[in-house]
Order: sequence, then C-alpha cells, then structure tokens
Amino acid sequence: MPRLVSHPDEVKIVSRRFGQGAAEIDRYIELGGYQAAKKCLDNGPDWIINEMKASNLRGRGGAGFPAGMKWSFVPKQSAKPKYVLVNGDESEPGTCKDHLIFLHDPHAVIEGTIIAGLAIGAKTGFIYLRGEYRYLIEIMEKAVADAYARNILGKNIFGSDTEFQVVTQTGAGAYEVGEESALMESLEGKRGIPRIKPPFPAVVGLYGGPTVINNAETIATVPHVITMGAEAYAAVGTPRNGGTRLFGISGHVERPGVYELPMGYNLKKMIYEVAGGVRGGRKLKAVVPGGSSTPVFLPEEIDIGMDFDQVGKAGSMLGSGGVVVIDDQTCMVEFALRTISFYQHESCGWCIPCREGTDWLKKSLTRFHAGFGSMSDIDNIQYLAENMMGRTFCPLGDAAAMPTIAFVKKFRKEFEDHLNGKPCPFAREGVPQLTVV
Amino acid sequence: MSSETMTLFSPALAARFDALVDKYPLRRSALIPMLLYAQDEVGYLSDAVIAEVAHRIGITELDVRNVATYYSMLRFKPVGKYNIQVCTNISCMLAGAYDLFERFQEELGVGNKGVTADRIFSLEEVECIGACCWGPAIQVNYDFHDELKPDLVPGLLDGYRGKALAEGSGKNA
Repeated sequence: MPRLVSHPDEVKIVSRRFGQGAAEIDRYIELGGYQAAKKCLDNGPDWIINEMKASNLRGRGGAGFPAGMKWSFVPKQSAKPKYVLVNGDESEPGTCKDHLIFLHDPHAVIEGTIIAGLAIGAKTGFIYLRGEYRYLIEIMEKAVADAYARNILGKNIFGSDTEFQVVTQTGAGAYEVGEESALMESLEGKRGIPRIKPPFPAVVGLYGGPTVINNAETIATVPHVITMGAEAYAAVGTPRNGGTRLFGISGHVERPGVYELPMGYNLKKMIYEVAGGVRGGRKLKAVVPGGSSTPVFLPEEIDIGMDFDQVGKAGSMLGSGGVVVIDDQTCMVEFALRTISFYQHESCGWCIPCREGTDWLKKSLTRFHAGFGSMSDIDNIQYLAENMMGRTFCPLGDAAAMPTIAFVKKFRKEFEDHLNGKPCPFAREGVPQLTVV
Repeated sequence: MSSETMTLFSPALAARFDALVDKYPLRRSALIPMLLYAQDEVGYLSDAVIAEVAHRIGITELDVRNVATYYSMLRFKPVGKYNIQVCTNISCMLAGAYDLFERFQEELGVGNKGVTADRIFSLEEVECIGACCWGPAIQVNYDFHDELKPDLVPGLLDGYRGKALAEGSGKNA
C-alpha cells in the first residue's frame, strides 16, 4: 500500500479521510459522508452551481478551468441524455494523487459525481480509471455496489424521486485518453483519438449528449466544498484559486509523497520544508512543477506561490500538481530524452506535427545524449518543438513541445557539453548509455 | 461459430460480459473492458479471443483489432505468468528505476519484452504507472510494488516463482 505522509503545513480537506477506513461505506457515513449530496438534493441545481462558482474550484486535471463555470455551460434542456464523466485516467508522469483518492476515499468520488449529476440534470455518471489501477477499480466497484445497496445510487436516491446511476469503467493503457474528448471516445469503445472542438463536451459529449468531464480530484473535492461552504473553501486558497491541492512531490527529495497544501503555497518551502529538501544534501538543479508536460524551473525560479495564475505568469503551468525535484547529479539531456520518449510512445499519430515531431525529437535527443550531436541540433530541437505548438487536435503535442523548449533554453550549456563525441558527463554506473543504431 | 457452442470464455467471464453490455447506452462501450478481462483469463488476445469478442459485441474482427492496437496493455502474444512491468518514467528514473530494470534483466536473463524459458516471468519497461511518489515502482501483473530497490529483486522473484510452481506451471500466461 502506498505510503501516506503528513506535514504540519497541510490543510487536509480532500485527504481528510485518507487512512481512516473510509472506503467502507459505514465509516464514510460516520465521517460525515453523503450529507453534502443530500443537501444538494434539497437545494437544487442553481444553488449547487452558484456554490461551485463561488468556491473558485478549478479543474485539478491540469487546465485549471473553473468547475462551476464548466457545469453552467451544460444546457438545461436537452433532447439527449446528459452525463457526468469522471476522469481517473491519471497518467501524467509525476502524478499519483488520484491513486490515493480511489484507494482511501472512493465514496467521495461517488458523492461528487452525484452532486455534479444533480447540478446539470444528468441521470448517469461514469467513473473511468486507467487500466493499470485494477485494484483501485475493484475498490471503486465495491463502493458503487455498497452505495446502490443503501439507495444512495439507483432509481430513488436518498428515498427521493431522483434517479442517479454510476458505472465504473477500466481503460487499457493510454496516456492520451486523459484528454477529455479522447476519454469519451475510449468510453464509447473506440481508439482514444481526440475530437475536434467545438462542439465542446458540455454541448455534444458522451454518446452525443451534453457531458461534464472533471478530474477525479475535482470531483472528490466537490462534497467538501458543499460541506464547508463555498466561501470558507475559497478562503483557503488565493484569489481565483480556491482551496487546496494534492501536490505529489517526487524525485530527489528526502520525503516524497502526496501533500495537501493550500493553493498558492510557496514552491521553495514545499521542497525544502514539506518534502525535507534535496536528498542526500545535494544541490537542486531543476524542478518540474506540475507533471512532465509543464516547463521546468531553475532553482532561482522557485520562490513562487503554487497556484494556476502565479505559475502561469512564471512561464510554466500548475498542471496536475506533480512536482518533480531534480538534483545536480542528473543529466538534463537524459531527462529531456526520457520525457520526450514518453510522448513519442503515447502520441496516437492522428496529427502529423505530434506524430512526426515527437519521433524526431526522440531521435535527435537520443543521438545527442550518445554524444553524436552537433551545435545546430540544439537549435533544431527547439525549432521543431516550437513548431509543434498549437498545431494539434489535442494538447499532447503541446505537452511534448513545452517542456522540450524549456529544457533546451534553460540547460543549453548542458546540451553543449554533450557535443563532439563527448560521453554524457553524468553517466552513472548501471545506467545503460544510449547508442546510435 | 456460435458463442453458445464454442466459447473460450469461462462461464464467469461470459456472465460478466452479459452484465457489462447492459450498463451502457451503446453495446460497444463494453469492448475495451472485455478485451482486458478476456486477456486476463486467456493470457493474450489470440485470434480466437478477438473473433469471440467481435461476435459478442456485434462488430467486425477488424474493428476490434483497430481498437485493441491502440491500448498499450492489450497484447497479441503470450507473456509470462507473471509479467513484470518496470516504470522508468521521470520520477521513477530519478529514484533509480534503470538500476532496478537492469537487475531484473540480470536475474531473469531476458531483456525488455523478453519471456523466461520456463514462461513464469516476462519483463517489460513501461511508462508511468501512477506511483511517482513511491518510486521506483513496478507492477507484477496488476500488483504494485513500491520503493523497490535492486537488492529486493531476488526475494521478490523467489516469491512469485514459488507461487507459480505451487500452482503447477507457467501455463495460462
């Protein structure tokens, strides 16, 4: 079972029930569970959406779109059934927060799904988990079955005449399916190829019906927003960035783990105090602030508040909250190569700039890391990445290009150190050196 | 072929399928879960499995293959009874995943995507498995092993080997 961590600076809202046995429905109810859904059933859709808007809760998947606003885009009248779709395809490298939510608090996901359904007038919610999370899918399935047995789900939820059904779904291995339109394709039994937008899912989504798609953390936060009250929740964070965030701190730190901290918490403090600093007393070289697709920060750039706006202003993204800490013994060319290899592997091939771009970037960086690069390659890598930006259906192309551009710009010296047949200056024993075939 | 007379699915899997298709507005929403569950039982997506899933969903085999080839967990060749998937993505890499992957290769005598001669194990380098804060992490089939250090590899393998031998063989991989 994944290790839980804690720190005095944490504000435990979403992680409040972690380690409390709340996967059991009785325990969840004992800890105040399903009261928020009941309250929403009594107060109706307009009230829910207003609360959500006032909470400043923004999408935890990465884009940070205000959840209340997203819900308000769903038309009230619809000829086709409406749906709630929970995105638990957590696949962004550096991100493992939803893993803990499904493990420790599956009913919070169900309760948030019910509330989203009440808000938009949907009768069905789908909870999609990545296929690798089989043991978590089993936990979710049991939680759903328990909720049906208590009439929390079904034809008459909480004894009312309102119906709400929840269906869990397994993926089968695909990063791209985390993109909302690809997620819908996958749930419809197809390849996870993204759809062109507009129309947006709020109008034409799953099975052609209006659909709200939210990240699992966003959905698990919803009951807490209702319970605490929108104002109290918003007050925890910074302006326009309500509440807390589950930050997953990984890589070269003394105490890696998922910590729930207020939005806007200082990144430097997060690394040096919350996570105990760089492992083994080494020096910090770089920080990836929000999952592998977010542009890297240099040590002098980390004295910033971690919310969507401040990180955006600093030239990166808060993304999925996956903070990856890199020490001074790490080769940034190798790190860039490993990052782009992932995107090359995951590109679906639908859009040429992404399919060809990720492949060429991987080839160039492989050659470069092996010591066969030339000075012009450095510029070419940057040029190629810059020309992928904004030229693909889904954000995977951008996700591959953005970090690559930052690696080249910020660590140019390290790229130059690999030139002219020089072996990687950071080559460690046991790490297979890449060779050109 | 009629699914009633000639089936690869166990009664449990067939029942699971029947329950699953009713959950969705569209029957083919059951396709991806069904492929994965069938693979869990049969070991891989053989031609016969693909034919049966296509028949049960009511779509063509080509359609099934078109979808199946997109998903990295779906495979078309048998693997070992215990498929060891070592994540080497950034967080795990920083935590020493390549040392770990190398140790697995040494202990098993196979490389990436290799299967041991006794078919008990197969080894695979995989992308992020969502255990970044507990790296280096691996999955053996669906079981996670967090914070796994190279020194723990022989003991881990012995445990699985013992289980495989107790159950008979590497069959049904």
